[in-house]
Amino acid sequence: MFKMSRREMLQTTSSGFGYLAFSALAAEASEKEYTSPLAAKKPHFEPRAKRVIFLCMRGGPSHVDTFDYKPMLKAHAGQAPGDVEGLNNQKGRKLKPSPWEFRPRGESGLLISDLYPHVSKHADDLCLLNSMHTDVPNHPQALVQLHTGSFQFVRPSVGAWVLYGLGTESQDLPGFITIKPPARLGGAQNYGSSFLPAVYQGTRIGDPGQALKDAQIGNIENLTTSAELQRKQVNLIQSMNRTALDRNPTNSQLDGVIESYELGYRMQSSIPKLMDLSGETDATLQQYGVGEKATDDFGRQCLMARRFVEAGVRYVELTHEGWDQHNQLHNRLSQNCLATDQPIAALLADLKQRDLLKDTIVMWGGEFGRTPAVKNDDGRDHNATGFSMWMAGGGVKGGLRYGATDDFGIAAAVDKFHIHDLHATTLHLLGLDHLKLTYRYAGRDFRLTNVAGHVAKAIIS
Amino acid sequence: MSRLFFALALFASCLLHGPVSLILSAEPDPKGVDFFEKKIRPILVKHCYECHSVNADAIEGGLLLDSREGMRQGGESGHAVVPGNLQESMLINAIRFEDIEMPPDGQLPETVIADFEKWIKLGAPDPRDGKPPVVRQEPDLEKAREFWSLRAIRQPSHPQVQQTAWPRSEIDRFVLARLESEGLTPNPDAAPRALVRRVYFDLIGLPPTPEQVKAFVDNPSAAALKQLVDELLDSPQFGERWGRHWLDVARYGESTGMERNFTFPYAWRYRDYVIRSFNTDKPYDQFITEQVAGDLLPADTIEQRNEQYVATGLLALGTKSLNENNREKFVMDVVDEQIDVTTQAFLAFTASCARCHDHKFDPIPNEDYYSLAGIFRSTETFYGTGKLNGNRQQAKLLALGPDEVKPVATGGAGKQKGNASQKLAGQLKAAQRRLQQLRPGEGQQAATAKRIANAEAQVKKLQRLLRNATQAAAGPAAKVDPNVVLVMAVQDAAKPADTELRIRGEANDRGKTIPRGFLTVLPVDKKLAIEPESSGRLQYAQWLTSPQNPLTARVAVNRIWMHLFGRGIVGSVNNFGITGELPTHPELLDHLAVDFVNHGWSVKQLIRTIMNSRVYQLSVAPNAKAEAIDPDNKLLWKMNQRRLEVEAIRDAMLMVSGELDLSPGKGSIVEAIGDGDIGRNVRPDRFAVASVKRSVYLPIVRGAVPEILQVFDFPDPSIIFGQREVTTVPTQALFMMNSPFVIDRSRQFAQRVVTEPELSVAERIDLAYQLALARTPTAEELETAREFIRDAIESSAQPDPTSTTAWSSFCQTLFACSEFRYVD
Repeated sequence: MFKMSRREMLQTTSSGFGYLAFSALAAEASEKEYTSPLAAKKPHFEPRAKRVIFLCMRGGPSHVDTFDYKPMLKAHAGQAPGDVEGLNNQKGRKLKPSPWEFRPRGESGLLISDLYPHVSKHADDLCLLNSMHTDVPNHPQALVQLHTGSFQFVRPSVGAWVLYGLGTESQDLPGFITIKPPARLGGAQNYGSSFLPAVYQGTRIGDPGQALKDAQIGNIENLTTSAELQRKQVNLIQSMNRTALDRNPTNSQLDGVIESYELGYRMQSSIPKLMDLSGETDATLQQYGVGEKATDDFGRQCLMARRFVEAGVRYVELTHEGWDQHNQLHNRLSQNCLATDQPIAALLADLKQRDLLKDTIVMWGGEFGRTPAVKNDDGRDHNATGFSMWMAGGGVKGGLRYGATDDFGIAAAVDKFHIHDLHATTLHLLGLDHLKLTYRYAGRDFRLTNVAGHVAKAIIS
Repeated sequence: MSRLFFALALFASCLLHGPVSLILSAEPDPKGVDFFEKKIRPILVKHCYECHSVNADAIEGGLLLDSREGMRQGGESGHAVVPGNLQESMLINAIRFEDIEMPPDGQLPETVIADFEKWIKLGAPDPRDGKPPVVRQEPDLEKAREFWSLRAIRQPSHPQVQQTAWPRSEIDRFVLARLESEGLTPNPDAAPRALVRRVYFDLIGLPPTPEQVKAFVDNPSAAALKQLVDELLDSPQFGERWGRHWLDVARYGESTGMERNFTFPYAWRYRDYVIRSFNTDKPYDQFITEQVAGDLLPADTIEQRNEQYVATGLLALGTKSLNENNREKFVMDVVDEQIDVTTQAFLAFTASCARCHDHKFDPIPNEDYYSLAGIFRSTETFYGTGKLNGNRQQAKLLALGPDEVKPVATGGAGKQKGNASQKLAGQLKAAQRRLQQLRPGEGQQAATAKRIANAEAQVKKLQRLLRNATQAAAGPAAKVDPNVVLVMAVQDAAKPADTELRIRGEANDRGKTIPRGFLTVLPVDKKLAIEPESSGRLQYAQWLTSPQNPLTARVAVNRIWMHLFGRGIVGSVNNFGITGELPTHPELLDHLAVDFVNHGWSVKQLIRTIMNSRVYQLSVAPNAKAEAIDPDNKLLWKMNQRRLEVEAIRDAMLMVSGELDLSPGKGSIVEAIGDGDIGRNVRPDRFAVASVKRSVYLPIVRGAVPEILQVFDFPDPSIIFGQREVTTVPTQALFMMNSPFVIDRSRQFAQRVVTEPELSVAERIDLAYQLALARTPTAEELETAREFIRDAIESSAQPDPTSTTAWSSFCQTLFACSEFRYVD
């Protein structure tokens, strides 16, 4: 587990004698002390959440069929949406009510459609963000903006910023893991570190389209050397590394190399162990829908996410592809919800049962939503002006509906919540001030939210 | 930077730029004034004046709220108050905590906000008369020119030192003078064995062979070193090493990057150009000129013309958002990228910060940005990319023929792809035939439904693949004349013209026209006037390389120094502005800059001078006393122990394993693949080629950088990088322990060691040490290694003294240990 640095060890064992004198010495020593850039760091203020699981519904899930109830669509079904200011491409469209029923759920009575029956059971833990909006109704730009805040420039991803701000709690594991991210639409940019040091970039597990049970992290396994021989190898490497350090003890990087081998060696067993779901009980596997055709893959992702955060991974992202229903809305949206509903509900229940939900942000959503007014009767197009996401756990108020779109769900209208605001709020929950979490590059201090971002304090419990 | 500034700048995108509303009554309604005095003025005084009045220490956001004019005129974000219009009054937006949040110390009570709204609805009666406020504080250029990096370069006076016998060069005198003034003594000279390894890695990025080590260690004289440096400077491996340093700065990449990632099949020509330029020791001023304006230079031969065109690839191969559908925005983004790369790479200034407003720190007014933008607006950028789905901004390439240079639309390299398409077409025909045969009615037995379905699926699959392949290879490239060279480059646009300032950087929001020109803070030679019918790039290049330009030579010598010491004389190599670091040795920097220019901007000569100095040859040994005074070694009392760049780590492994192919790379796999959209019709793993050539020739596709490069801090090729990060993380250890690349190299290395005939185990260990670490093992190391090998042999299935498993496990530890990747 987390290794205490020499300095910390000295500090904790030093309470018996003159601490002031010591701390001056320690400060001096620390100049040269090796600190891993991934070591856990103190947030700016008391955090509500320690980690994040982002459930990325790639393609833009329809908000008016899932989490944004719009009765007016029924009342005005088939009519043109009218001239709503700021909306593009509404010509020739007709309002289409959701084919799915919405019902009040839980004690809070949050309105959620029948597409998400299992998730609905957790309504009192959900904070629906009904007033999301983003800048471009186009997959590539919107997905990159969702992940980095900017679609114009190459910028670090949210996970990289979080890791830079907080480090990681488990040095045996990568701090930022993304499972089966898309290779296109920004690709590695969506979990990249850009100008932040490369150590903060996300570690990818699996490729899109690959079954998760076949996925693995690169170089985690040695196919040629026996475990016994490898231990001896590492011993030999470390003895050489210590010799090098003895020759130049002032180079803290050499200390870092030694530590990197210890950790790397341990990761070889810790990561496969975490990714191996065979130790889970049948009941748990069943709960996540593992083994059922519709839910197997995303169920595994969700279960793995729980195992990762439990082991101390700071930021986990899961991707579920295929939410771009320009046509076959009815069939395909039903399929997507079927594939994700039970696994997500299981994840929430499992986290809660393990007392992890209180400081884990679970976040659901895609790069934008879909048009309430349609051209094709069984399909909805891209809607960037208003859509929904939700958050649960991690200090977020449950059973709350934050913000709203207009009567038809076309544009965010009340408490508008931009992607920058989502980022600012996420950082805030993690104890980071988005204005202070900066990195100097090219002569100026950059932040995740660039020159924007507004923390929605109303959603914090 | 204040929060206010950020908040205000945000407004760039949502402003309305209407004229100031003129509903001003000459005599304000006394009731209204009363309301102002009671409800509005006290709040302004209490909460706003601190930052928004003429008496404020720094007027935030260019906004003054202490006069009527100031309020109406507003600041950078727009009109603070538009009488009668709540929507357009930024003040309301701010106090409502919408896009801006003011005052910063907490939101005003709802009743107060309501008062402000009421007041504005009333027509914002305001009795405060006063002079039209200063809306903008013009950068004081005269004062700015006193900043160290903008002062003219002058040859400093000869430094006085006490230990007159110590220095071997002028550089040494500058460094020693500083050390003496701080009471520091320089380290002893490095041992010849360490020095020779240092010199090889620094100059060519490869380790010396045991013979080369021996040759120098046997005769480590100053003359021998000088000769060695000269030899290595002349080797073709020098350009491969130093060219790569420049490619970091040039953010060299073989695809557009960004949200849709299209390939650049011909970007590699620029890479090769850079390598050649360093190998031929092209004068650095010429190197700059060619990259900025190579297309405008006279040429004696076709080769020279082509070379100069290829150089302008610098301007063409930046990241691009080809999915952007707003043409003007796209064009201005390309221009911005060109301004960014030229100002950061050559001047270490970030002029692109002045796109939306005056530079916040450096003396670069908003107008200056647009005078440079006019130059690049008057330039056409030929970056190619195919006619592919999602590419809304396809461009042509330039075809350099024997007689003419002309733009051509391409579909990419074509050749291979064409073959792939042909092959697929053949397969498709065969599959269709098979399907025909399977269908009943041919006089044969009816095939089972399943077989028919399979055959149909196969046909469909091939049709899809063929469609993709043809799409990827669209265009006429396959027909291109072999004498024609396709390049990414630039040319002057048909009608060069000045461009308008874009208000707050919004591409479509045009302000006044700004004449083309350069950064006004730097003295401009009158001769450099831009002719109306030219873009002005040639004059820009001349201005950049003018002896009067104080930045260019300083920036260049500082980059070179950084590569040889691990730290620049100015630590922030890409930032010589106010927020950058100050030089540790300002006079030395100027001395080197003067010397550089006097020697015809020769990079090799500068490197030669530095390497023959005594400072460069110091040992890395720690010294407690010096450590206490100067722990970061800013004053250079020792040489810094440095980690090798990943290219050198990889190349060294290949060299030690005996596999390295030193022949230059030919083109790029990206050219063979042709035009494509990575992740859509080109799988990212197609770029993961097995190669035993030098790392500089690996494909650098944005978002698909080879794994080994990523593991050891290869810079993001979308970003202009001055100095690489050095991180030390477990994934590097995992790479060294488990990656097939390292394991394969170790096996080859072991082969080399065990096939040497008639050597004892100790001698083989010694050989392995010499090959990998350029030294012999100590007695203790020898014993430990011997034990490891004995153990490994005994525990293997077939104990054999030359067991490859045992020896390659041992050889792998030499690759994996820190000494292999650090240079003393």
